[in-house]
Amino acid sequence: MKVGKEVLELSDVTVRFAGDSGDGMQLTGTQFTNTTALVGNDLSTLPDYPAEIRAPVGTTYGVSGFQLHFSSSDIQTPGDSPDILVAMNPAALKVNVKDLKHNAAIIININSFDARNLKLAGYDTNPLEDGSLEGYNVVQVPLSQQTSKALEDSGLSAKEISRCKNFFALGMMYWLYSRPIEPTLKWIKDKFKDTPLLAAANEKALLAGYYFGENTELFTTRYQVEPAKLPKGIYRNISGNEALAIGFVTASVKSGLPLFLGSYPITPASDILHELSKHKNFGVRTFQAEDEIAAITSAIGAAFSGALAITTTSGPGVALKTEAIGLAVMTELPLIIIDVQRGGPSTGLPTKTEQSDLQQAINGRNGEAPVVVIAACTPADCFNMALEAARLATKYMVPVLYLSDGYIANGSEPWKIPEPDSIPGIEVKFRTEKEGFAPYMRDENLARPWAIPGTAGLEHRIGGLEKSNVSGNVSYDPENHEFMVRLRAQKVKNIENDIPELEVTGDIDADVLVIGWGGTYGSITEAVSRARRNGGRVAQAHFKYLNPFPKNTGEVLNKYKHIICAELNMGQLAKFLKSEYLVDIDSFTKIQGLPFKSSEIEKKIETVIGGYSK
Amino acid sequence: MADQIIETKEIKLTAKDFATDQDVRWCPGCGDYSILAQVQRSFPDLVGIKKENIVWISGIGCSSRFPYYMNTYGFHSIHGRAPAIATGVKVSRPELSVWVAAGDGDLLSIGGNHFIHACRKNVDLKVLLFNNRIYGLTKGQYSPTSEKGKITKTSPYGSVDYPFNPAALALGSNATFVARSLDRDTKHLQEMIRRAAAHKGLAFLEIFQNCSIFNDGAFDILTDKKTKDDNVLVLEHGKPMLFGANKDKGIIMDGAKPKAVEIGEGKHRIEDVLVHDEFDESPLLATLLAHMTDDPSMPTPIGVFRQVTKSTYDGDVEEQITSVTSKKGEGDLEKVLFTGSTWEVN
Repeated sequence: MKVGKEVLELSDVTVRFAGDSGDGMQLTGTQFTNTTALVGNDLSTLPDYPAEIRAPVGTTYGVSGFQLHFSSSDIQTPGDSPDILVAMNPAALKVNVKDLKHNAAIIININSFDARNLKLAGYDTNPLEDGSLEGYNVVQVPLSQQTSKALEDSGLSAKEISRCKNFFALGMMYWLYSRPIEPTLKWIKDKFKDTPLLAAANEKALLAGYYFGENTELFTTRYQVEPAKLPKGIYRNISGNEALAIGFVTASVKSGLPLFLGSYPITPASDILHELSKHKNFGVRTFQAEDEIAAITSAIGAAFSGALAITTTSGPGVALKTEAIGLAVMTELPLIIIDVQRGGPSTGLPTKTEQSDLQQAINGRNGEAPVVVIAACTPADCFNMALEAARLATKYMVPVLYLSDGYIANGSEPWKIPEPDSIPGIEVKFRTEKEGFAPYMRDENLARPWAIPGTAGLEHRIGGLEKSNVSGNVSYDPENHEFMVRLRAQKVKNIENDIPELEVTGDIDADVLVIGWGGTYGSITEAVSRARRNGGRVAQAHFKYLNPFPKNTGEVLNKYKHIICAELNMGQLAKFLKSEYLVDIDSFTKIQGLPFKSSEIEKKIETVIGGYSK
Repeated sequence: MADQIIETKEIKLTAKDFATDQDVRWCPGCGDYSILAQVQRSFPDLVGIKKENIVWISGIGCSSRFPYYMNTYGFHSIHGRAPAIATGVKVSRPELSVWVAAGDGDLLSIGGNHFIHACRKNVDLKVLLFNNRIYGLTKGQYSPTSEKGKITKTSPYGSVDYPFNPAALALGSNATFVARSLDRDTKHLQEMIRRAAAHKGLAFLEIFQNCSIFNDGAFDILTDKKTKDDNVLVLEHGKPMLFGANKDKGIIMDGAKPKAVEIGEGKHRIEDVLVHDEFDESPLLATLLAHMTDDPSMPTPIGVFRQVTKSTYDGDVEEQITSVTSKKGEGDLEKVLFTGSTWEVN
């Protein structure tokens, strides 16, 4: 390192990379993330990309971003406002500048700030000259030009060289935040092993960016973020979709049931199908169906046949699967429906996050059709909830609707990898005994037996028509129907005795309780801990079980004078809790396709408690 | 898993072994009774298939009650989805013999998408279409196989819909076995059921079935003693396509079109008559034959239109699992959990 450059210690940093959707920003962000994970920081990420694969170059609607928050201590969110933005073109600047901290640094690819690109971005005047960036620390880097210069002898075309500029930016950021470049060098070698020219060029661009940081007069300071003190163990960085997928592979191994996934590609759930398609050597069968309905009904067929059967989708897909979920309720088969929620209604905001499918999950079927509804609360938690979904579905012979969302599905965080042997087994027994068998007989959990085809002597018929308890024969008897409706509801309700109680954290005896469910856990936790650091007294409880609710829910809610329920919808959980427990709930909502900022929730808390005492 | 619980037994079953204790609830005179009887009569002859390994899947409609009356594993599901459910059963348990019972509304209207894709993928399913050209269970609306102009409750001035030709649709969707039979031709129907069972791959069997309430007599011309000989062409592999009581009529090619002609002195020679080749790799002639049903001047063919051998979807899935496993080794959870870049915190 050049003598004279100051190294400044920081506790945490939020970085955002932004450029055209073809600029490789997701890749750049992912590489920075993986390297940061290896350094040992705690981290949380927020990819944000448009639904269009390659929107017209230079326009604001084609801007793709990747945000990463990393820290020397435990963190919960990808950060409210970036400390530094890398803007590859004027459109990227325009879209992102409003999110930055007041004194944030903006690294700009000055070569892209020409009249044409400014016009495409909708700038009437050049923001670098009109004073609109006052208060920011703007660093103008000739990023394209430097990349071209570094690669002039690479043998690549001008277009190919231009594509390498994200590696230049990455190298520069590695230098600026004192990250090692070796992990990315290794990755380039693997990734481009069949195209040595590109491998060499990307490597050169990365190194050029790194040395540029070291040698340029533009940067006078370099930053350092010490490793976080995480619990002992072996870690990897993991996204929610990855964690969910390998969670089900693990559930398959732990239950001894072959995994069957029926799925139709849909954003933001497709990555689960991609991941599970790789694990054929675990006997995983992935069926890319002709539509959402075939995806779930094939899974129902697989469940009938004795597989650990799952179907993955997003809100519009759940809408199409609705009738089939009812069939799984009626036939009492273990089926897991995964809904990676996105902005709705209809096609809505395919790449943006939302929590607006809760009502659909709990009530969205014809007839009285209760299913178990659970939700994961962080990317890594998607692994745990996969195991939990498999346990509940097979133990109670009931469909489980598993809610994730775009935010935790695509976001990532360090995950302390569990030892395979430490993961509890999932006990599953198929019925084989002929004596006394009836398809709708009940065990102590009200579950019916799982008697799969191929078992001699247990041939039986199931279906969507109402049936008599025990015999399973079709029945239109009025009393029987009421009995069966109540029985199916009771079976689900009883599960409250088999799930963890709602845990209250923070100031348990405070007047104010902040609640939420699923993917907002990080933002709420961060907000509550900030409020408490600032002198506020606040308690927090987070729901991962939405149907049935934990047994102590009413007791918890009744303890607090003021309950704030933060949700990314119009107050769906609040409605359920209000009607179920007759408590007053202050619904705090956001419906912008974006996660909560902790500061937004913290401000709400502050307003409710009437300012901090400290 | 399945291997451990399947017992082997050699007792020869009878039709009765396939009947359940449920009262059959179709209308008197319904063609479904005959189909059920022919299935129960032919199933004891299915070689190498144990009763406990047979699964019947249906959707919604009169014919979809079928699984309740078969003493095998059965699933009466939701409208149109039987082929998709059956696909899930077959893919997860390829050793099972999986059968679909469906009506024309169920399979070709609401379930049309699943049907063509099951054909395309060549999933090893046996699909029996009970084609009565009407909606029975909803009490008499026109179906996707009803003839144009049909007067029903929803078409008091005549239906303006063109119908599907199910056999042609199956051929167009690359089904590897396509056959047709009649509810009242019991011997022929039994033979077709056995042939479908023996086929490895998707076997589609269209059965013209009389609905005695809402479309009575729709197929009389094909089943009535007086008219059937002149109106039914029985397809048999390697045999000339002759019909008529005295087998004095035949099918020849007139350019690219099949044509019904009289055979005999001063008429057409028997050598000119088309000889049926059900193993023809090309589906073209089979498709022309299937479409003869749409032409009132032509007899309606029954029998196997086409039968070709192709790897099955479920077989290929299995094969891929085996080959990937032999290449990568049995799945090791530790490897999957600890994959990628990991780091240790002490």
